[in-house]
Amino acid sequence: MNVRSQVAMVFHLDKCIGCHTCSIACKNIWTDRKGTEYMWWNNVETKPGAGFPTQWENQDKYNGGWEVGNGKLKLKSTSKEKTVFNIFHNPHMPTMDDYYEPWTYDYQHLFNAPEGPDQPTARPISMITGELIQIESGPNWDDDLGGSPIYAQNDPNLKGLTPEQQAQLFAVERLVFFYFPRICNHCLNPACVAACPSGALYKRGEDGIVLVDQNRCRGWRACIAACPYKKMFYNWNTGKSEKCILCFPRLEAGQAPACFHSCVGRIRYLGNVLYDASRIEEVAKLPDEELVEGQRSLILDPHDPEVIHEARRNGIHDSVIETAQRSPVYKFVKVWKIALPPHIEYRTLPMLFYVPPMAPVMANRSDDVVNGVSDDLFHDIEQSRVPMKFLANLFGAGHESKVRYALRKQKAVRWYRRALTVGDVEMSTAERMLREADSSPEEAEAIYRLTSLCTFEERFVIPPMHREEAIQMLEDPLEHKQSVGFGFMMAPRRGM
Amino acid sequence: MNTAFYLDQFLFAVLPYVVAIAFIPATVYRYRARGFTYSSLSSQFLENQQHFWGLVPFHYGILVVTLGHLVAFFLPQQLLAWNSRPLRLYVLEISGLIFGVLSLVGLAAAVMRRLTHGKVYRVTSGPDWVLFALLLLQIASGIGVAVFHPWGSSWFASTVTPYLWSLVKLNPDLTAISASPLLVKLHIVNAYLVIGLFPFTRLVHILVIPNPYLWRKPQVVRWYGRQHA
Repeated sequence: MNVRSQVAMVFHLDKCIGCHTCSIACKNIWTDRKGTEYMWWNNVETKPGAGFPTQWENQDKYNGGWEVGNGKLKLKSTSKEKTVFNIFHNPHMPTMDDYYEPWTYDYQHLFNAPEGPDQPTARPISMITGELIQIESGPNWDDDLGGSPIYAQNDPNLKGLTPEQQAQLFAVERLVFFYFPRICNHCLNPACVAACPSGALYKRGEDGIVLVDQNRCRGWRACIAACPYKKMFYNWNTGKSEKCILCFPRLEAGQAPACFHSCVGRIRYLGNVLYDASRIEEVAKLPDEELVEGQRSLILDPHDPEVIHEARRNGIHDSVIETAQRSPVYKFVKVWKIALPPHIEYRTLPMLFYVPPMAPVMANRSDDVVNGVSDDLFHDIEQSRVPMKFLANLFGAGHESKVRYALRKQKAVRWYRRALTVGDVEMSTAERMLREADSSPEEAEAIYRLTSLCTFEERFVIPPMHREEAIQMLEDPLEHKQSVGFGFMMAPRRGM
Repeated sequence: MNTAFYLDQFLFAVLPYVVAIAFIPATVYRYRARGFTYSSLSSQFLENQQHFWGLVPFHYGILVVTLGHLVAFFLPQQLLAWNSRPLRLYVLEISGLIFGVLSLVGLAAAVMRRLTHGKVYRVTSGPDWVLFALLLLQIASGIGVAVFHPWGSSWFASTVTPYLWSLVKLNPDLTAISASPLLVKLHIVNAYLVIGLFPFTRLVHILVIPNPYLWRKPQVVRWYGRQHA
């Protein structure tokens, strides 16, 4: 056992209202610089939808992530040998057209236009060339376009859905969509790190945050192709790769990352988990249907005395073990099993988990008459307007059992609370549903609390980063006094 | 006569040292202190199709040709021995010419791409244009030498190599060089200019080719609090 600590995350999709506050918070702090305008370290997608960059989940096109061949784990996009031969031209590199060309507007024209018969307009100009452009795509371009033939119907997750299920997703007045906020997953087996020829990408040992060393990145672009979630971005101005840093300067100060902090739906949870690093490779090689369970088995019980002993032996501070014991992520993922990793079949072992949405159907409309769909309180989850298969493609590597388990438990919790507070359903039925969903009234109460009444402190249990113990801090702090100071002191300008 | 003598002295006995004095400290400084400025500065993200047809032939062409020059510099005797059979000489000369043309075509395509594609044009700097002009001249003059003064793989080893080694030994011997054709002289002087500008251009990306990747473990973990195996 090799116990490490990882800052992990849960997004509760039933609570996401698609307001994009998270995206704006991130953009304003980190990616408002030249070369990063097009990047959205945090973005919120409409599902079904084509996503950002367009069709990022289509790995036949992008070749991201890992695959297993001859019992070995291999990157789809590259290998050590291929890196040598493809160093001058990356065959799997997405281009700006797959994202969008950033633009602003020629506002000056509103003031400077000569007198004429028409009102002057501010036309869009490219933020790269400064020329007038025809806008063809933009940030969040397919927002709320569930049901649209050019966006929603091109969602790679529709693979394996029957024509009836697809028709159900797209029929006018029956169509459904939900929101899918995405940041870097800070994976346990990151493809970007493994692909980096320069060794610039790394995972922080203490908290598992994946970062790019900007001084060592040489712009070989292998990470952009390797990340199956397309959360590595190429800064076209500096010639360096950039990515979500999980606001580590905020985390080190005990604050939640900006996108978490600003989330108005309170859908986001953050906390560290202890995991067994010695079994990562073994788990990443499991067959598709065992991956979700396999990744759960990597996450260790922070109350287990043996785990605590091994964690201490590995230099994990008691205060970090203590936050792992209070971690909301541990509860959602490991104890309640209602949060699932996105596209685990990419085998990067993402450490951002999603509570799948129930999207209840309360009524439908036929012949201009509104009908109740079922007499059931909340719909039968098998009848969900978001087909189980679609959610399974997103959160279960195509296998429905884990998604069904999560949805059944969520429904049982709703019944239980309904019986308790409204009383129009039988408590005995609710308790039977809880039993059938592998749950209990105590657990239902805890899930309800952390879902609906959670305070800031309950949602974000941030482990102390203990920077005071870092090697840098132990070096003579007076050495650089009155000279250059600590860290990166030169402005990050593009090289000649 | 005197002017030509002093010009040769300047170009072949003084310029190389001036270049070396600029090259070595500037390169060391930039490598050690300005890591952020090291990048391939790739524009593939902005344009992907022409990128392939320019960059791939250029790089493979220039790599092979440069390797040939290095062999002639370090292993002149072996090269002459190889060339002692005419057929081997022809094979070497023709392949050198092919790779030279490959690099010229590739570079021309890459420069055209930078001129014609709006987004790529925007990320091309002044030093880039100077470098492209020098490189075009360098490759074109190299091909010219190969065509008009053939069997260079042999005469390089017997004339240029001794001259270059005399520079290394700080005892410049210009006898062979002074008698060289104009095109050869142009090729050499232009090479000095490229080397002199090396630390001030994107050429530095040659220094950071990612060799450790081939034998490192796939996953990289950095620890703040401890040195970890």
